[in-house]
Amino acid sequence: MIDWSRAQFALTAMYHWLFVPLTLGLAVIMGLMETLYVITGKEFWKRTARFWMKLFGVNFAVGVATGLILEFQFGTNWSNYSWFVGDIFGAPLAIEGIVAFFMEATFVAVMFFGWNKVGKGFHLASTWLTGAGATISAWWILVANSWMQYPVGMEFNPDTVRNEMVDFLAVAFSPVAVNKFFHTVISSWILGAVFVVGVSAWFLLRKREHEFAVASMKVAAAVGLFASLVTAMTGDKSAYQVAQCQPMKLAAMEGLYDGGTRQPLTVVGEVKIPVLLSLLATRDVDGYVPGINDLLEGGYPLSDGTVAPSAADKMANGRKAIAALSDYREAKQAGDEARQAAARQVIDDNMKHFGYGYIDQPDDLVPNVWLTFWAFRVMVGLGVYFIAFFVLVLFLAWKRKLEEVNWLHYVALAGIPLAYLASQAGWIVAEVGRQPWTIQDLLPVSAAVSRLETGAVATTFFIFLVLFTVLLAAEVGIMVKAIQKGPESAD
Amino acid sequence: MDTTYLFLQHYWWFLVSLLGALLVFLLFVQGGNSLLFRLGRTDEERTLLVNSTGRKWEFTFTTLVTFGGAFFASFPLFYSTSFGGAYWLWMIILFSFVVQAVSYEFQSKLGNLLGKRVYQGFLVANGVLGPLLLGMAVATFFNGSNFMVDKANLTDGAMPVISRWSNGWHGLDAFADVWNIVLGLAVFFLARLLGNLYFINNIRHEGLMSRCRRQLVWDAVPFLLFFLAFVIRTLLKQGFAVDPDTQAIFMEPFKYWHNFLAMPWLLVLFLVGVAGVLFGLGRSIWSPAYTRGIWFAGIGTVLTVLALLLCVGYSHTAYYPSVVDLQSSLTLANSCSSLFTLKTMAYVSLLIPFVLAYIVYAWRAIDRKPITTEELKEDEAY
Repeated sequence: MIDWSRAQFALTAMYHWLFVPLTLGLAVIMGLMETLYVITGKEFWKRTARFWMKLFGVNFAVGVATGLILEFQFGTNWSNYSWFVGDIFGAPLAIEGIVAFFMEATFVAVMFFGWNKVGKGFHLASTWLTGAGATISAWWILVANSWMQYPVGMEFNPDTVRNEMVDFLAVAFSPVAVNKFFHTVISSWILGAVFVVGVSAWFLLRKREHEFAVASMKVAAAVGLFASLVTAMTGDKSAYQVAQCQPMKLAAMEGLYDGGTRQPLTVVGEVKIPVLLSLLATRDVDGYVPGINDLLEGGYPLSDGTVAPSAADKMANGRKAIAALSDYREAKQAGDEARQAAARQVIDDNMKHFGYGYIDQPDDLVPNVWLTFWAFRVMVGLGVYFIAFFVLVLFLAWKRKLEEVNWLHYVALAGIPLAYLASQAGWIVAEVGRQPWTIQDLLPVSAAVSRLETGAVATTFFIFLVLFTVLLAAEVGIMVKAIQKGPESAD
Repeated sequence: MDTTYLFLQHYWWFLVSLLGALLVFLLFVQGGNSLLFRLGRTDEERTLLVNSTGRKWEFTFTTLVTFGGAFFASFPLFYSTSFGGAYWLWMIILFSFVVQAVSYEFQSKLGNLLGKRVYQGFLVANGVLGPLLLGMAVATFFNGSNFMVDKANLTDGAMPVISRWSNGWHGLDAFADVWNIVLGLAVFFLARLLGNLYFINNIRHEGLMSRCRRQLVWDAVPFLLFFLAFVIRTLLKQGFAVDPDTQAIFMEPFKYWHNFLAMPWLLVLFLVGVAGVLFGLGRSIWSPAYTRGIWFAGIGTVLTVLALLLCVGYSHTAYYPSVVDLQSSLTLANSCSSLFTLKTMAYVSLLIPFVLAYIVYAWRAIDRKPITTEELKEDEAY
């Protein structure tokens, strides 16, 4: 049942993430194009912007549809989680609705249906506000996700049996959230840019719409290069944060079983770059990076000077906390304040390992290393490739040779699936790599689920699988037809 | 209990109820869709109908999502107990909204795989199931559900789940109580009336408009029957009361009637709301040139639903009762977020008037011209 629930969440999240990055990326590109229209007054830019908006609309609808399921799935499939941390986790979701979704929903209607009903300025503002709404919504959902990976700003309350928020700003602006936002949203611009460059290249291959295609490529490649560079920088920061907060995820990303000081970074196989992993993970060439075995066995030095506990120690601490919670509740019912205070002390002392109390054996703490390792390489490899790709496109644009270099058009077209692959790989690293935790160290997936029958969750899994696959096929079908039709004739 | 905390619990119940009330009003999109093939005889007429609600569906959808988010943030135990327990009921509601979300955009596009008829069929399916099942879900607030909540379960290493449903039907058991179905049908027919009134206000097309007005009568009669039956029965039945001192739940005869008497302003709100719906409806039926019925019926709907939801939450009432284990019932106090979270979110809620203001502004900008066949040809359309 736990696995089906995980599979269902993964399925929904992955499908959702097929649509969202294109929405975020296209929003910027078509916003820039419409801005050019308003500044220059050239109908050409309006026509160009409208073409990409049409594709945006098709994609947006499926993104919205898959997002609905994701939000409610916290309740339907992870009900224990929803109570245990709902006091903190619910807030960003509510803010997302109030602040971001209404902005998106309101202005997307103006953007599509308002061309002849509102002024140029209002329309342009609506286009940007639609993108802003999508981006702000990404902020809040990434705040929520980051909190699960790096829980801060809360305290456990044994009376209500849940974690309660004590510092909103620590949650909303945690360094992990800030970095994750820029890494995720700006990497989405890469996908949007690759998409626009790829589709434009198709027009060039077909010898159609030259002016439109070249102009689109230039705008998109500029956005793409900027986004690729920022993504590389935030990616480095992200890996550093993972090393500090989720060392097991880092070990899985590197396939590192036995760590130590002066660790090399594995490229693939035996190709390694000396001391780079220590430098990236600890900002020190002599830094100690624990491997999977070190993390399970403990005994290595931590950055604060203490010695790391073993997994067995943490599991014992977690069990102590859980037993003390039970004791606390019994003492409270019996009105025994002294016993209650003693139990409370045990809970507080062991709370940081609370979730380990639900873990059966140390091996359960290791995520799928193969998948995390390779997803990380795919993401980083493609990220580097896209920097080179956009530099090349911009160089050829500068040399005014974009239309002539035929092979580049094929490369650009092939880039579209690669961008999706990189984007999905990023989420696989983040989410597979943090297993078994729904909330790092506090609640494993096994204690977060709803109490449902396996058959019920398996059934909904397959319904989602069929439904989303059909919707994806329909979306791709509509996109292909719309692209073949091309921008509206300039009448 | 701290009075600020009490106030914030009531404040958040008000906001959640307001979102719920706005959601029921916005179900005019679904109600309108359920009439797609009944009102629209030709492809052209159906295109007009689809484009009329099609410019508003995102508000309904967003309100549903925000309703869920706000409920999660303010009353997380409801979120975890109801969504995790009444699994099938919520899943069917969600499925119907998922297929609706893509159908507007996809239905008339080339390459859409399934064809126009199927997507329009999705709109109708959501138009029927959405209001019916949401209405039934709300009815369980008055009639109770089958769940148990035990926070001590968290210390059970083998099965640490706090809330569980007491049968394998997971929400489909709501069908076992006929009064849930009665409210579901009332909401369904209300949504159709509202959709119809919205068409009358928003579209200009001779044949279609006269058909819309005739259809009003067909939906008004069952709506009134089901709605009145549910309200009268609810006022007369036992309700789920909370002892303010011990927080114990007990059955109190005429509980909801007592709540209205204890809060006369709520009774006024309710009666004004019902009067608004009846006026908007009646005038649209009797005077063929009148197009503003949606204003009265819409505002009336918001007030009526708001009054009903406040009645089930305020005045020491368990708003999400359990019939299998009375003491597991959810009250504002035992299911809400911490004082800190409610307070923080109360600051966020100050943004709501700004959000409403830009929605109204943008809505009016789009609806300035009524929808006609000519307008669809010269502008962007589904």
